[in-house]
Amino acid sequence: MAVTERRVTLKSAAQIERMAVAGGLVSDVLDRVGEAIRPGVTTLELDALAEGLVRAAGATPSFIGVPGHREPYRHTLCISIDDEVVHGVPGARRIAEGQIVSVDAGAIIEGWHGDAARTWIVGDVPEPVRALVEATRRAMYAGIAAARPGNHISDISAAVEDVAIAGGYGVVRQFVGHGIGTEMHEEPQVSNFRSGHRGRRLEPGLCLAIEPMFTLGSHEVDVRPDGWTVATRDGRLAAHWEHSIAVTVDGPRILTQQLPTATAETAA
Amino acid sequence: MPKAHSLTSQNVRGLSPPVAKKDAIEVEGTVIEPLPNAMFAIELENKHRVLAHISGKLRMNFIRILPGDRVRVELSPYDLSRGRITYRLK
Repeated sequence: MAVTERRVTLKSAAQIERMAVAGGLVSDVLDRVGEAIRPGVTTLELDALAEGLVRAAGATPSFIGVPGHREPYRHTLCISIDDEVVHGVPGARRIAEGQIVSVDAGAIIEGWHGDAARTWIVGDVPEPVRALVEATRRAMYAGIAAARPGNHISDISAAVEDVAIAGGYGVVRQFVGHGIGTEMHEEPQVSNFRSGHRGRRLEPGLCLAIEPMFTLGSHEVDVRPDGWTVATRDGRLAAHWEHSIAVTVDGPRILTQQLPTATAETAA
Repeated sequence: MPKAHSLTSQNVRGLSPPVAKKDAIEVEGTVIEPLPNAMFAIELENKHRVLAHISGKLRMNFIRILPGDRVRVELSPYDLSRGRITYRLK
């Protein structure tokens, strides 16, 4: 069993393998959604595709039933377009040329969660928009690189924030990364900015979702009347990238990526 | 899926335990308007208007109270014009 300490759970090597199975599925789903993103497709169609893939794998979508401001979440994906930062609700809207589309997906396999997000660029966008998406992705990997035993949560936050500062991007403060395991949201929180606390010391077995949310304007966001969609207050564009990772003795291990075949067999 | 930023665990430990009110009267009402200092004007089912503040638990969980929301309110038996919002009804 996982060792519990202040609501933070450390996962055993075997449990991390099981999370990598869930993470591998999330990665596959995002690959397929990415192939399906093109002008004209509705966000609900993308959601149906993802739900089908998750269920076909014998898994359950993580996001369905997550309590919200008004009502629980009902979809497999969050699809947030342009100035929407996160938690965009799939609907009849059609993807159009020149948009940036961030897709967040989560799946549960045998009780273990995987959670990841990517931002796609549809067609051509101005160079600063491309740079925003790229910087957000780079910040995610900088944060992951800092997730080594002996570092603290704040080292991840600082690594992510430094990329934003260098590019002059806004860092969303109202939403943060999180621990992950048998719950989608576990302790500790992983902010994308220096919070003034050093945070928990990282040790092998700690599993985290590292997810920078950067904007081309200010950090301020609002929740739209649907009770879910989070959009920038100033209407400037926002990007979001996320991986679930495990801290191991050898350093960070990305859980939400394609499983090496050998690992998939041992875990099965 | 990101998580809403909340108080750090250090801060949570520093908070006092939930306030249990033995003598409070529980009623339901509708939010009329938000007032300064996180107070709200609430119209109760009996058409009385009370001034209510929001419970620490709702505050910790970032439950947003908006005009028009149905809420459960605890009234103090000592001052029936004051209350405490304990729940936002669906």
